[in-house]
Amino acid sequence: MNLTLDIAWTHVRARVRQTGFAVAGVATGVGFSIMMAALMQGSQDDFTNRLVNTLPHITVSDERRSPPPQPAETLYPAAKIYGLTPEARRRGIKNPLATMAALEAWIPGGVAPSVKVQGIIRYANHDVATTITGIDPRREAQVSDLPKQMRGATLNALYRATNAIVVGDRLAEKIGARIGSNITVQTSEGVRINAQVVGFFHSGVRQVDESTAYVLTKTGQILSQQTGLINELRLRLRDPMASREVAARIENETGYKSVSWQEAHEDLISTFLIRNIIMYTVVGAILLVASFGTYNIISTITHEKARDIAIMKSLGLSEFTVRTIFVIEAMIIGIAGALLGFLLGYLMCLALGEVRIKSPFMDSDRLPLAYSYVHYLLAGMVALVSSVAAGYQPARKAARLHPVEIIRGAT
Amino acid sequence: MSEVAPQAPLIEAHNVTRILPGIVPTTLVQDVSLRIMPNEFMAITGPSGSGKSSLLYLLGLLDLPTSGEVLIRGRDTTHMDEEERAFTRLSLLGFVFQFHFLLPEFTVLDNVRLPMRALGRLSAEAQRERSAMLLTSLGLGDHLSKRPDQLSGGQRQRVAVARALANEPPVILADEPTGSLDSKSSEQVFEVLRQLVREYGKTVVAVTHDLGLAERMDRHVELLDGRIVSDDIHQHAPAR
Repeated sequence: MNLTLDIAWTHVRARVRQTGFAVAGVATGVGFSIMMAALMQGSQDDFTNRLVNTLPHITVSDERRSPPPQPAETLYPAAKIYGLTPEARRRGIKNPLATMAALEAWIPGGVAPSVKVQGIIRYANHDVATTITGIDPRREAQVSDLPKQMRGATLNALYRATNAIVVGDRLAEKIGARIGSNITVQTSEGVRINAQVVGFFHSGVRQVDESTAYVLTKTGQILSQQTGLINELRLRLRDPMASREVAARIENETGYKSVSWQEAHEDLISTFLIRNIIMYTVVGAILLVASFGTYNIISTITHEKARDIAIMKSLGLSEFTVRTIFVIEAMIIGIAGALLGFLLGYLMCLALGEVRIKSPFMDSDRLPLAYSYVHYLLAGMVALVSSVAAGYQPARKAARLHPVEIIRGAT
Repeated sequence: MSEVAPQAPLIEAHNVTRILPGIVPTTLVQDVSLRIMPNEFMAITGPSGSGKSSLLYLLGLLDLPTSGEVLIRGRDTTHMDEEERAFTRLSLLGFVFQFHFLLPEFTVLDNVRLPMRALGRLSAEAQRERSAMLLTSLGLGDHLSKRPDQLSGGQRQRVAVARALANEPPVILADEPTGSLDSKSSEQVFEVLRQLVREYGKTVVAVTHDLGLAERMDRHVELLDGRIVSDDIHQHAPAR
């Protein structure tokens, strides 16, 4: 064995209890950081998956990001004109079939047309504001998991009755509707129809489940009083993470407002960022506290071993060699702590995975956990670096000890 | 040893002064000049605080002079960097202190091996063989795998001598090597040091309080208040 490693290992081994405590400190830090990372990442992934699976990855609506310039403004560009009433435009996406065909030519995924209407659902003295989306059930599987999320019927049930409607399970619960119930749908423009509940869906996103309903495209067009209206194209990509770039290109090509799922939920995504910052700060604090233990043990060893350091230096071992000995000791504590922490973290994740909880916000009764080698790698690296950093200062101090002072002190 | 001319000094001190800085600076060694020749058996004596150990540490490159020069084999060491001084100590000088200063967690054999491992010139097997040979020649052949705390004071000091000889240095510097030993062990250690000079051609410089021992050595340098007050070659010393 290498001399420095041999001496370092001998020092560490000779202080089993002290070293054990330092290793336990690092292991606790690493273990908890792995567990926290698994829990945070797991809940984030779970939520993101539900968002991505429930909602279209990109929604192209018949709106524009900024209002188009008025003819008067175009005609007199040098003049500043106030009080213009915006030009009234016919609602909906122009030539939706041609637009869809153009998009389908290059988009890596599926496209489906829909009609979105804001309205109120009335049933048994309950009025609930609802987003009603007219869809084509045959194309829906290309853009969302709605067919898989159906409860009590398939999506094709929309064809079974005139003005059939599928509502979110929480919405149905709220108004007390069951399959077969006849409910009233009224839009803000005063159109009112009776519709029959033919099925429920459960997306797992509470906001969607309690305020969304689906009808056929034709019914949506009746509600919006415009035959042939398509005011929204919904897209699903094979790679959901590419949504932002694809949405930008669609908007650039069509001029219609194109919103990716990331943009639609920017507030939530920024919350994840803040949450991650909090998590890594807490984990950093745990590992910092653990590194105090390493500092303590290395300081103690260098203090106790001052005479040995003096003799090693008098024999001719250089400052670098002496410093390396104690840095290696810190590394041994860091590595042992990290390895033990990996085991601890894994066992804690397994234990957390066994915990059953009942939450109205979650479908599963288990905590969502993400197992990733990155968590282990990151926690291990931080533990090792903090241990070495903690050990370096006392190691440097030890290496600079003047042997004569210690030899004189000893004699 | 072979590349050194017979009369060239191994260690030279030219007007060496060592002052400890502080509110009241303390002069440990003052204007000392000394030439230590190969195969010399030299004692440095003096009352407590006369600067004998300080002079030994300066000659052994453990301390730096405030002024003056220390030359080893004709090479000025005062301008060497820390690494070079450490390497010179490792390869040319061997130390024996009043207390053995053995590493308590290591076996006797591993303690002797330590300087060889640091120098790295011999294979691990050769290091073990040489360590065992040195310890055996000092009467410790049966104690190779013992730890220092399992040995007597005299035995530990002999282990320290073996360690000082590990890298075959031409010079052994001993600071009160018999200071903490009983008379029997002192005599054993003294005999070992004398053998090193007589049989192995080493140079031994020993600081001691024991004037009886100093008289039995070939050269006797006496210090007082950091200055050399006498430097005698004894009659029983072999001709230079």
